[in-house]
Amino acid sequence: MRNIFGKTGHGFYSFIAHLARILKLSGQSLYWIFIAPFKGKRIRWRLTFIQMVRIGVDAVPIVSIITFSVGLIIAMQAAYQLERFGASIYVADLVGVSITRELGPLITAIIIAGRSGSAIAAEIGTMKVAEEIDALKTMALNPIGFLVVPRTLAMIIVVPCLTILADFLGIAGGFSLAVFSLKIPFIAYFNETATAILLKDFLTGLVKSLVFAVIISQIGAYQGFSVSGGAEGVGKSTTASVVSSIFLIIFSDLIFTMIFFSA
Amino acid sequence: MPEPIIKIRDLHTSYGELKVLKGITLDVYADETLVILGRSGCGKSTLLRHLIGLQKPTKGEIYIKDVDIVRASEDGREEVMKKIGMLFQGAALFNSMSVGENVALPLVEHTPLESSTISIMTRMKLDLVGLAGFENFMPSQLSGGMKKRAAMARALAMDPDILFCDEPSAGLDPIVAVGIDHLILKLKKAFKMTIVVVTHELASVFLIADRIALLHEGEVIFLGTKEEMKNSKDPRICQFLERRPDEEIIDRDKHLSALVGEGYIS
Repeated sequence: MRNIFGKTGHGFYSFIAHLARILKLSGQSLYWIFIAPFKGKRIRWRLTFIQMVRIGVDAVPIVSIITFSVGLIIAMQAAYQLERFGASIYVADLVGVSITRELGPLITAIIIAGRSGSAIAAEIGTMKVAEEIDALKTMALNPIGFLVVPRTLAMIIVVPCLTILADFLGIAGGFSLAVFSLKIPFIAYFNETATAILLKDFLTGLVKSLVFAVIISQIGAYQGFSVSGGAEGVGKSTTASVVSSIFLIIFSDLIFTMIFFSA
Repeated sequence: MPEPIIKIRDLHTSYGELKVLKGITLDVYADETLVILGRSGCGKSTLLRHLIGLQKPTKGEIYIKDVDIVRASEDGREEVMKKIGMLFQGAALFNSMSVGENVALPLVEHTPLESSTISIMTRMKLDLVGLAGFENFMPSQLSGGMKKRAAMARALAMDPDILFCDEPSAGLDPIVAVGIDHLILKLKKAFKMTIVVVTHELASVFLIADRIALLHEGEVIFLGTKEEMKNSKDPRICQFLERRPDEEIIDRDKHLSALVGEGYIS
């Protein structure tokens, strides 16, 4: 019995300690993005640009294919149910709303967490193991400013863009099923989608994607810096970065949905 | 006596219960080569990490050019660090950048120089360490000794006043290792730098050192020149110089109970 309490307490304590350190790191990143530039420390836009290409441009094909497929899947599932009521046209509403509100931002974030959050953790972790982080410090280069800020900024810029792309392609997926398989006229589907989606749906999706971007970059960086003990440590941290960022993405999505859409 | 460029005063550090440094007081004078010698685990690497500001001591002060780097602000410490070169044990080149970019990085980040000037300076530094023409190679394409040389070129990029080297010959074959030692000698002659080397390699100690500090269990037990060290009668120094292993203390009962587990033998 005592053992159970002990373990729970210990687990809870280490969770809080992790959280505190992640918040500290995020605070430092924010300082380096918003305050340090006014103190004569520049933001490294060249490195940011390189990261934007790696995190954003390189992810365009995979994000496109997956969200298009998800749009198709939702449309198929919806059509199967709605056809029985002769309400096939409402496929447009269902696809449009679910993609812009939830699935667009969420799927993009999960893809980026798996693709780039893990890459951030592995990169920083390997650098730490090879004393490269120490080398940066002795060259009077702050690792936060040099490594974390370009990645965080790139994430913040690129993830909302990818989310917009995901929204469009998800809707396009539903659209192509409706037009080619359900034989709904092009213009009818278009009009139904346009009336179904409110600007609010789209914007809340973008706000969420911004928060997801911060979560992915900070967790990735945090896990990278907390690597210890060689290749195995890098592997563990990479896994942990993906698992914990997906968890936090879903959890924050829950909170956002409660704030935005509960009556 | 000239004013020391590095002053270490009563430095204590512990990892939890384990005391690693037990009150180290040491001066390093300008233009000298001081070798910090000691067995593995004697605290010499920890001491070096303190000197380059990677770790904070539990107690004590370190002054580099009269700046207390333990208590200095982040900016103050960084100003000092810009004029310090550090050669890491594993070279610690940035693997995602070419050799030339590695050497150029401090210049790009800390100086307003134009890129053409920086590329000339990069090639000069690489030439100095005997790696002319390697600026477009990636670190993974270099051998161990070449990596150390490239790392040395990077450490020298900002024309430092003080150069720290952590085990410069670790993991290298004897010929390459002696090459690195000679490189250090060459730098010493050419630039009048203060060099602090941490090592346990006796051969290189007697080649490069002006003064030697011997660290033993977190304390400086000897400080002096090569000759003074050779003539010392201290058993711990003699053991080190003669490369004698620790004497095994044999307590048969203890040994047996350690092998078969506690409580087995009454």
